Amino acid sequence: MSDVSTGAPPRRRFKVSRRMLPYVLSLPALLVCIGILIPFFTAVLYSLQRYRLSQPWARKFNWGENYLNFLSDSSFWNTLKVSLTYAFATVGIELLLGLGIALLLQKRSRFNNFVSIMLLMPLMTAPALAALMWKLMTNPGFGILSYFADLLGFTNFNWASDPQTAMLTVVIVDVWVYTPFIMILLLAGLRSLPQQPFEAAALDGVPRWFVFYRITLPMLTPFLLTAVLFRVIESIQQFDIIYAMTQGGPGDSLTVFQVEAYLNFFQSTNVGRSAALMMILWAITFFLSNIFIKNWLRLRERQRGEA
Amino acid sequence: MNTTSPLERVLRGIAITLVILFFMFPIFWIVLMSFQTNATILQVPPSIFFEPTLQNYRGLITGQLVTDTSSLEIKFMGNLFNSLFLSTTSVAVGLVLGVPAAYAFARLKFRGSEDIAFTLLSFRFAPPLLVLLPLTIYFQQLGLANTYGGLIWVYQLIVLPLILWIVRGYFEDIPADIEYAYRIAGHRWWTTFRKIALPLAGPGIAAAALLAFIFAWNNFIFALVLASADKQPVTVGALAFITASGVQYGQIAAGIILSIAPTFALALYAQRYLVEGLSLGAVKG
Repeated sequence: MSDVSTGAPPRRRFKVSRRMLPYVLSLPALLVCIGILIPFFTAVLYSLQRYRLSQPWARKFNWGENYLNFLSDSSFWNTLKVSLTYAFATVGIELLLGLGIALLLQKRSRFNNFVSIMLLMPLMTAPALAALMWKLMTNPGFGILSYFADLLGFTNFNWASDPQTAMLTVVIVDVWVYTPFIMILLLAGLRSLPQQPFEAAALDGVPRWFVFYRITLPMLTPFLLTAVLFRVIESIQQFDIIYAMTQGGPGDSLTVFQVEAYLNFFQSTNVGRSAALMMILWAITFFLSNIFIKNWLRLRERQRGEA
Repeated sequence: MNTTSPLERVLRGIAITLVILFFMFPIFWIVLMSFQTNATILQVPPSIFFEPTLQNYRGLITGQLVTDTSSLEIKFMGNLFNSLFLSTTSVAVGLVLGVPAAYAFARLKFRGSEDIAFTLLSFRFAPPLLVLLPLTIYFQQLGLANTYGGLIWVYQLIVLPLILWIVRGYFEDIPADIEYAYRIAGHRWWTTFRKIALPLAGPGIAAAALLAFIFAWNNFIFALVLASADKQPVTVGALAFITASGVQYGQIAAGIILSIAPTFALALYAQRYLVEGLSLGAVKG
């Protein structure tokens, strides 16, 4: 590449800046982000300290104590359980539903395209606002869904304000917002698959369930993996929907990682514990995002290769 | 797949109807609520037939919440302005920083380029609170707490990776030969970038900007942690609004509709690029 550029009019100033050019171009973006990286290291330090905003005098390094305390801390295990339940429930349902809808809309037609664009609307809704919409619909006084639940014989169905059904309610909101994400990626994937295998199978009269399991699914796997990993990473960090809906309540029924850390920081002002919680969440997402990026890159290369 | 039995067609029809119902009903219902007075909202059983009123929207726009007993000032329009200002400026800054970097990553492979690109990407996946909590303390020391500048800076965490990776893909799709030819004709790097690369990647840059705008607009957690009432965007403002307005449900619904309408409009406009944006440039729609 640089060989060609030396063919350009010889200009000393130009040649020097040529080698520096990529750094000059990318450095500002990097610097802006590094500014935000510093707090990351601060968070590592905080997580190793006994640090409460209410008792600044007692601040000192206690090394791994915040982490060790988690072992015998039932509310930490509750956080882990609630976060994992939320992530698996939402992504599981979204995957099945998203795949189903993508298959329904697979054929290119004016109607199908229209529906798929309409279905993107929930995804374009800010999750926090989506939670408020569902809050209005599940209000015990006038909520339309409370009314429907009543009609179906679930009297006093209290949605997010009942510890029994709070998880169900936020999972429904998450499914409403994010199913279109999986749907749209899988739809793009389905439509980009080569047609020959399907034509051959149709000629041979292969049963359609067999085609689905042996041709469609394997060819769709890179798209499935990318979509699912992306969602798992986001879902285990969910904050907006849960905070806007119940602020982690009732009780501790929805204190997922980020909500618990937020409450620890701002309500009990326990910075040390809050930071340690975030470090554990970061470790989980770091692990997942490494797998994700590998898959995502492979898919990116492949799609670029075809384009 | 061309042979469909009547039974299958009926089942497909039912399935699609249910899907549309589940995903569209909430939006439909909140739109209805936004045109209702509190009296009709509280009616049991709920009805879709009522006399529509514009008082909710009027109240939000004029900033005066008038009830039977009192009059309350609401700053919802201020929140709307904050959303608009924060998202627009963040995207502008993101473009200025991100487009040249994207070009560097796409064209001028250099030592460490992939590492830097992936580091920038990984910001997209780190838990936001991990950075935000220490940042609240730093921002207070730096005087950036509750400033637009501080927020716009933090917004780069969502805006930059998106712009960088989408635009990079578009630059990679431009045949390098076009640029070389122009360079050999004696033009400087900067002219080539401006006259050739930028226009050719134009659609990609526009798409990335629109998507980044949507993501910035929909963000909740940054402003919740770092901004107080006068700087809050609609996502955070709406939450506070619910507690402040008490039981003015129609107004809350109208506020939600006003807050999601801009992103809907942009999404419709940019729908061709949504798949690409949502997959950070990996999947083409």
